[in-house]
Amino acid sequence: MTKAAKDIDKRERIVKRVAAELRDGFYVNLGIGMPTLVANHVPRGINVVLQSEKETITEMPGTSYFSSADSFAMIRGGHIDLSVLGAMEVDEEGSLANWMIPGKMVKGMGGAMDLVASARRVVVAMEHSTREGQPKILKKCTLPLTGSRVVDTIVTEMAYIVVTPAGLVLEEIAPGLTFDDVQHATEARLIAGPNLKTMAQ
Amino acid sequence: MNKVVANADEAIHDLADGATLMIGGFGLCGIPENLIRALVRRGTKNLTTISNNVGVDGYGMGLLLAAGQIRRHFGSYVGENRLLEQMVLEKKIDLELVPQGTFSERIRAGGAGIPAFFTPTGVGTLVAENKETREFDGRTYVMERGLKADFAFVRAWKGDKWGNLVYRKTARNFNPMMATAAKITIAEVEHLVEVGELDPDLVHTPSIYVQRIFQGEMYERRIERRTLRQSK
Repeated sequence: MTKAAKDIDKRERIVKRVAAELRDGFYVNLGIGMPTLVANHVPRGINVVLQSEKETITEMPGTSYFSSADSFAMIRGGHIDLSVLGAMEVDEEGSLANWMIPGKMVKGMGGAMDLVASARRVVVAMEHSTREGQPKILKKCTLPLTGSRVVDTIVTEMAYIVVTPAGLVLEEIAPGLTFDDVQHATEARLIAGPNLKTMAQ
Repeated sequence: MNKVVANADEAIHDLADGATLMIGGFGLCGIPENLIRALVRRGTKNLTTISNNVGVDGYGMGLLLAAGQIRRHFGSYVGENRLLEQMVLEKKIDLELVPQGTFSERIRAGGAGIPAFFTPTGVGTLVAENKETREFDGRTYVMERGLKADFAFVRAWKGDKWGNLVYRKTARNFNPMMATAAKITIAEVEHLVEVGELDPDLVHTPSIYVQRIFQGEMYERRIERRTLRQSK
């Protein structure tokens, strides 16, 4: 498999696992990039409504349009069941960073700060390590935060991790990997969940 | 009552250097194309702009940026606007990044006579530094100020000669809030109609907020990124 094909394969795995979190009747906000692909894998037989503050999506029966102020009233008001977004770093307290690298890159936070502060559940969908092979799941984020203690779940191509007051609990591991493999690729200490199992594919 | 002006150039005849300006639209969606072009022609300098993005490289507000007309900008997203990112990193423009929900609410508040409000967004991040925080019902919130401007440029689909406006689909975005928050709101519309032609029940922006209106021309309606379903 080429590098590019491997990347697509990784992303596909992450996106499919996130899609399995969707439930009938959910109102869901998907971030730019990989999270948007979750829309392609909504499980059969359920209806979810995608709420977006950016990037238009296909208009379906039941669609409504609203201003940006209304869009964020929905978000801040706690009406979004699930927010899925990417991250550059996540830490063991559930803080995340995804909007700037001081002196190097300024992307802007867009709606991410509002979403992580107020969605009912925040799922980070990202590759487990950087392109250079460095861990992205850290003891403490080093970049400017998007939100402090806001992430509920981290889904990568290697693992499904839940953020708890005790730390990061590894609940699922990708097929063929061991706890130690995932821990090696993670700076933060992982706790093996009581029902640790293989990640659904 | 006469709010109709002939064109964008006439609409901005009194827009002076150093003005604070809200510009509707998101990226290239729902942007006042005619007013931006007129502002580039006019060459007004030292502007403070309030807009979610700064267009893209070479189009929309990207034209104002390239012409060096913007001194300070408030917005939420730089994204793939390479010129803006480069100017920020080289400190050639003063950029205040505001979370998108705080941004839209600051404008809404400014127009609604609310000088400040508390929001949970940004607590514990750079955004909340040096700002007042307060606890309500066990949760920490940060105080954000309302925003106002000298001028607002908005783009609507239809408007009547008194300035009642109807937006189309996602082109609504920041336009309705901005229309309320400026001393002079200028609306450019794709279809200028007679008073009475719009269904009063479907007006998004009532005419009270609009001081000048004109029918725009040569709409490009550029699309930033077009994604199509892949055939199986």
